[in-house]
Amino acid sequence: MSATNISTSAPRDAQWREELRKATPVKERTAIPRVKMPELDPGYRVTCNEEVNQGLSEEDAVLEAKRCMDCPDPQCMTGCPVSINIPGFIKNIERKEFSKAASVLKETSALPAVCGRVCPQEKQCESKCIYHKMKKEPVAIGYLERFAADYSRISGGTDGDTPSAAPKNGVKIAVVGSGPAGLSFAGDMAKRGYEVTVFEALHEIGGVLKYGIPEFRLPNEVVDVEIEALARMGVRFVKDCIIGKTFSYDDLHEMGFKGIFVASGAGLPRFMGIPGENFNGVMSSNEYLTRINLMGAGREGYDTPVLKGSRVAVIGGGNTAMDSVRTARRMGAEKAMIVYRRSEAEMPARVEEVKHAKEEGVEFMTLHNPIEYLADDKGRVCAMRLQRMELGEPDASGRRSPVEIEGAIEEIPVDLVIVSVGVSPNPLIPNAIKELEVTKRGTIVVDETTLRSTVDDIYAGGDIVRGGATVILAMGDGRHAAAAMHESLSSKS
Amino acid sequence: MNKILEKEHFSEKVVKLIVEAPAIAMSRKPGHFVIVRACEHGERIPLTIADADPDRGTIMLVVQDVGVSSHKICALEPGEYLTDVVGPLGQATHIENVGTVVCCGGGVGVAPMLPIIKAMKQAGNRVITVLAARTKDLIILEDQVAPWSDEVIIMTDDGSYGNKGLVTAGLEEVIKREKVDQVVTIGPAIMMKFVARLTQEYGIPTMCSLNTIMVDGTGMCGACRITVDGKTRFVCIDGPEFDAHKVDFDEMLTRLRTYN
Repeated sequence: MSATNISTSAPRDAQWREELRKATPVKERTAIPRVKMPELDPGYRVTCNEEVNQGLSEEDAVLEAKRCMDCPDPQCMTGCPVSINIPGFIKNIERKEFSKAASVLKETSALPAVCGRVCPQEKQCESKCIYHKMKKEPVAIGYLERFAADYSRISGGTDGDTPSAAPKNGVKIAVVGSGPAGLSFAGDMAKRGYEVTVFEALHEIGGVLKYGIPEFRLPNEVVDVEIEALARMGVRFVKDCIIGKTFSYDDLHEMGFKGIFVASGAGLPRFMGIPGENFNGVMSSNEYLTRINLMGAGREGYDTPVLKGSRVAVIGGGNTAMDSVRTARRMGAEKAMIVYRRSEAEMPARVEEVKHAKEEGVEFMTLHNPIEYLADDKGRVCAMRLQRMELGEPDASGRRSPVEIEGAIEEIPVDLVIVSVGVSPNPLIPNAIKELEVTKRGTIVVDETTLRSTVDDIYAGGDIVRGGATVILAMGDGRHAAAAMHESLSSKS
Repeated sequence: MNKILEKEHFSEKVVKLIVEAPAIAMSRKPGHFVIVRACEHGERIPLTIADADPDRGTIMLVVQDVGVSSHKICALEPGEYLTDVVGPLGQATHIENVGTVVCCGGGVGVAPMLPIIKAMKQAGNRVITVLAARTKDLIILEDQVAPWSDEVIIMTDDGSYGNKGLVTAGLEEVIKREKVDQVVTIGPAIMMKFVARLTQEYGIPTMCSLNTIMVDGTGMCGACRITVDGKTRFVCIDGPEFDAHKVDFDEMLTRLRTYN
C-alpha cells in the first residue's frame, strides 16, 4: 500500500497543518526526548489484572506529537499494515483536536485502541520513522494512537468513531470469525454500504482479543467499545454459531449472502509430543488463557475452574508465552519460568513484554528445551526434564537454530506447565468446505493481492491464511479482502 | 432461542430437557454434541444431542446432576433459557449395515446412545441394546430405545431390575450366544474400559463415545485431549467417537479427575 493514498480529512496541504509546521522549528522538535509510558508498579500490578500501561496524559501526548516532523513522504505509513494516515492523526493531537485525531484513525482501522496497545510498533510504523536516521528514538506512534482512541472512548464521543458510511446497498456479506481480521473486514464493508453479519463460534465477540490477550495488556472494555462502534455502523453479530456446523456453506447462500470472508484464525494449539505431556497440570496456553480471560476462572462468582501452581513453567518465547507466564504470576505462582530453546535475542515476543515479565519477577530459562514431564502418583505433573541447548548455525529463516548439548539434562520441580509453542489453523472451515484448497500446514490458499480463495465467493485472511501471526497483519488482511471483494461485487452488478 | 420447552425427571438426578434450537435441530446428526452455558458467568460443558425434532426446531438433552453446572441446568424450568447453546459439534457417528450391533449404555450414557441405536436400526442392522445402571431408578430411556432394538437387556448392579450384574455380563452373554459384528459403548469411562477389554478378547470391533473435560468444544484448547493409538487426539474435533481398543482409558480416567 502506498503512502500517497492519504485521506481527505487531514490533508497535508491544509492550512492548519502548514501553520503547525511553521510554528515550531525542526531543531526544537527533534530536541524533545521521546515520551515515557507511565506504568503500574510491578509489585502492585502482579496482585491484580489492571492494565500495566497507564496511557499518556494530554500534555505528554501533545508534546510527543510535536516531535513528529510531518514528513512530506511519511515512511511510517509504509510500515503500517492498514496504512493509517499517521501524520494526519498525530498533527491533530498536536493542535489538541483529539476527537479529530480519533476520526482519522477510524478511517482505516476498525480497532485503533487495540492496535495502539498490542501492535509491535517497533517492527512496523515506528521502525520506518525518520528519527532513526538521526540516531534518535522514533516518534511514539503506538502510544499516540492509543491516546487518541482512548480519548474518544473516555470522552464518550461517538462522532469520532462512527465514520460516515455509504448508503446501504442491500448486498449481504457473511464474516466467519469475530477476531481482528473479521472485525476489520466487517468495518470496511459496512462503510461501503454492505449488510454485514459476523458469525462467531464462542459466546463473546473479539476472538483472541477476548480469550487470548489478558486484561492487564488489553482491557475487555476497550475491545467492547470498538465492537459497539461497529454495531452502530450496522454490523450484525451472531454468537454461538459455527459456520460449517450450525450453518453450512449452502445455508449461507440460501440466506442470501453474496460474499463470505473466512477469518477463523489459528486456534488449534500445538503440543510437542513428548512423554508426559498429557499429565494433569500440563495444558496449552489457549486453554489456560481461555479459562482465565474468557471464562473468568479464578474470579469470584465464576463457575469455570483453573489449576493453580506455585511453580509454573511456560514453554515458548512468543507473546502468548509472555501473556501466560505473567498471568501465572497474577494467579499466585511463586516461581514463574519461561523455558525457551533459543536465547533471548531470538525470542519472538515484543521487547516490552519481555521487559514487563522480568520486572514482574518471571525467570528466564533460555537455551533449555523440555524433553519429558514427570508426575506424582495422582497423575499430576511434578517435574520437567530439560535438555540444555546451544546456538548453532542460522536456519533458513535466519535465526540461529538450537542444538542439544549432549548429556546436559536437568530436572526441575514444577506443578503447572503451560505449553505455548505455537498454533495451527483451525480445520473446521477447510473440513466443511471441501472445494477450498488448503496447504499442507492447513492454511487456506488465497491469491496474494485479492485474498480470494479457490472458491469464487470466499475470501480469507488473518491466521487461517498466515498461521499464527499478529493482530495488525490480520487487520490488514481484512482491509485488503474488503477492497477486493467490493471491487469484484461492484464489477458484477 | 435456547428456551426450555419441556422438562421431565427420569430420576431424582437425571433430567430430560427439550430445548428450542432450530438451526442445530436441522443440522445435527447422530453422535453430535452441543456446548451449553447455563448462565452468565457459567461454565461451558458438553452435552450430547439425544434426539432432535427439526420440524419443531428442538433438541433433546439428558443431563445428570453431578456438579455445579449440571446442577444449574437441571434446576431450570420450562420457559427459562440456557444462556448459550452452540453446535452441533464433533464428528457424526459412522453408520453402516454391518450385521448385528450390540449397543451398551451405562447410566446417563444411554441418552447419547439413543440416536445411534435409531440410526443403526434404520441402516438395517440387528440391534441388541444393553442398558445398565447401579439400580432400577437409574435405568433411563427404556421405552425410547425399545422400538429401535430387536432386543433390550437390562442389567442392574443390585438386581433391582432386569438381570443382576454389570454391563459386561449382559454383553458377554450375547457374544456367547450369537455372532456380534460391532459393539457401541457409551457410559462412564471405567465401564467403557471394561467393555473394550472384553470385546478385544473376542476380536469384535468396538466404538466408544468419550466424555472428557471440554472448554470451547471447537478444537482451540486441547483440554479434551486423549491418547488414541499412541497419538494425542482432541475429542471435540477428532471425536467424540473412537476405536475403543485404541483409547488409553487409564490416562483418560486420570485426566477426568483434574479438577476433583
